Amino acid sequence: MTARIQARIAGREAWALHGWWTAHKYLILRRLTQLGVLALFLSGPLAGVWIAKGTLAASLTFDALPLTDPFVVLQSLAARHWPETTALTGVAIVAGFYLVFGGRTFCAWVCPVNPVTDLAAWMRRRLGVEKGFSMRRETRWLVALAVLAAAAATGTVAWEMINPVTLIYRAALFGTLAGLAVVVAVFVFDLVVARDGWCGHVCPIGTAYALIGKATLLRVSARGRARCDDCLDCFAVCPESHVIAPALRGRDGAGPVIASGDCTACGRCVDVCPERVFAFTHRFDTRVDAAVPPPPPAAGRSAPAALEKA
Amino acid sequence: MVMSTETDRKTPTRRRFVQATLRTAAGAGACGLGLALFAAQSRSLPADALRPPGALPEPQFLSACVRCGLCVRACPYDTLTLADLAAGPAAGTPFFRARQIPCEMCEDIPCVKTCPTGALDKSLTDIGAARMGVAVIVSRDTCLNLQGLRCDVCYRVCPVIDQAITLEQTHNRRTGKHAVFEPVVHPDACTGCGKCEKSCVLTDAAIKVLPLGLAAGRQDEHYRRGWEEKRKAGRELVPGLIDLPDRLPEAKP
Repeated sequence: MTARIQARIAGREAWALHGWWTAHKYLILRRLTQLGVLALFLSGPLAGVWIAKGTLAASLTFDALPLTDPFVVLQSLAARHWPETTALTGVAIVAGFYLVFGGRTFCAWVCPVNPVTDLAAWMRRRLGVEKGFSMRRETRWLVALAVLAAAAATGTVAWEMINPVTLIYRAALFGTLAGLAVVVAVFVFDLVVARDGWCGHVCPIGTAYALIGKATLLRVSARGRARCDDCLDCFAVCPESHVIAPALRGRDGAGPVIASGDCTACGRCVDVCPERVFAFTHRFDTRVDAAVPPPPPAAGRSAPAALEKA
Repeated sequence: MVMSTETDRKTPTRRRFVQATLRTAAGAGACGLGLALFAAQSRSLPADALRPPGALPEPQFLSACVRCGLCVRACPYDTLTLADLAAGPAAGTPFFRARQIPCEMCEDIPCVKTCPTGALDKSLTDIGAARMGVAVIVSRDTCLNLQGLRCDVCYRVCPVIDQAITLEQTHNRRTGKHAVFEPVVHPDACTGCGKCEKSCVLTDAAIKVLPLGLAAGRQDEHYRRGWEEKRKAGRELVPGLIDLPDRLPEAKP
């Protein structure tokens, strides 16, 4: 009960303390990048200004820069087709980019499904929907393997038929609107079946980026963890909340950097933390802020302390 | 007693773990199976849907096409579209319907050039060698030329005129004194562009472009045509064979 009340007001305190912009900065920036990327593709068909052609599966920007989704090419390989150099170059560029800029940053900053599942998660918090069906974290790896097996068995790039990431782009750019039914299904799944179910446990596109994220440079660090007063706001908004605890609690000598490839680097924890614990940095940054003003008498990790503040 | 409480404590944990693992594996397996069944069902292309020029044979095409739509963007005539979910061709793959917008057979073949994966084969450099399908007179009963009229539209619009479609003159047995100019398609020259089907003046086209697998026959590998072998060899294949005079019907008295 307490956690649910807490979740409904996550970020309010940061807003009150640091102003609206600081408490929503990365959320707004993410929405702008998501729309911006789509706009690069839409400017052609809408205004005749051709910047990026294709979809997120494979694209060509300014008729020069090829980009290809890694998992799409993996499926093609599983279906026993060796793609041409253009597609492979595109994968190399994308993989190289996300090896520096955070793996699943694709999920949080580019993917058009993110606003959909974010909306489902937000409605869940506001409506106080129970956590529901809980899936194991390994589910995503098994689903990715099953999808590759389906591609191999049928000899087709099977996931691209129902992949909501590219279905949204195809609907917006090529008018194939029936595909949006899958997107509606994903929204309903996240809203009533499983919390953060699709992006966190099913989508194999995200799984491929999570793999890149295991070694990526850009990371979020809980460098101000000494200031943490256990309000749990970060846990409430984080779509992959299991990634926070090791870095925030620092148990068994864990460093302050959120190391898990599951972290989408969405920066929502940076936004909502009233104590400004989190910050973007690189994965080798081991700096931890000293606890300057001792926080009020330690209340352990129990929620009541947080409730009093609320 | 102590032993048994320990077991009691352990077993549910272990059971829960096994159950959760099995559930996850079964769920993922069901996802994969469902996807595979859906993909298998979408493997067949409807007979009126044609692939862009240079497309690999359908099974290989489906393993290569990433459904990015770059070929659709490259097409200057808006011939190509991407298939919608459950619209016939595998969702997201490019196709065209000849009766709506046929292929204009661009000489530089921009759709093939832009394909990033090789689903459209870049070894196709001469659009005349494209085989998107093959035209077939599907309705001899309604084709105007076959009724003895001079429509000729499919023949006139054919970009490979006199090779892919020829007009063969035969006797008009209905009137007894006129000619029939029958449009005849030659599959070895037909690119399957669909201009004939698009232009057929009938409400239901009498000539249609069908997928190669459906409409084009194939000579068996082991067949040899004597007259072709003879021409290739430049001499009699069986030397010393006596060519007897042909027996003609005897002249009636």
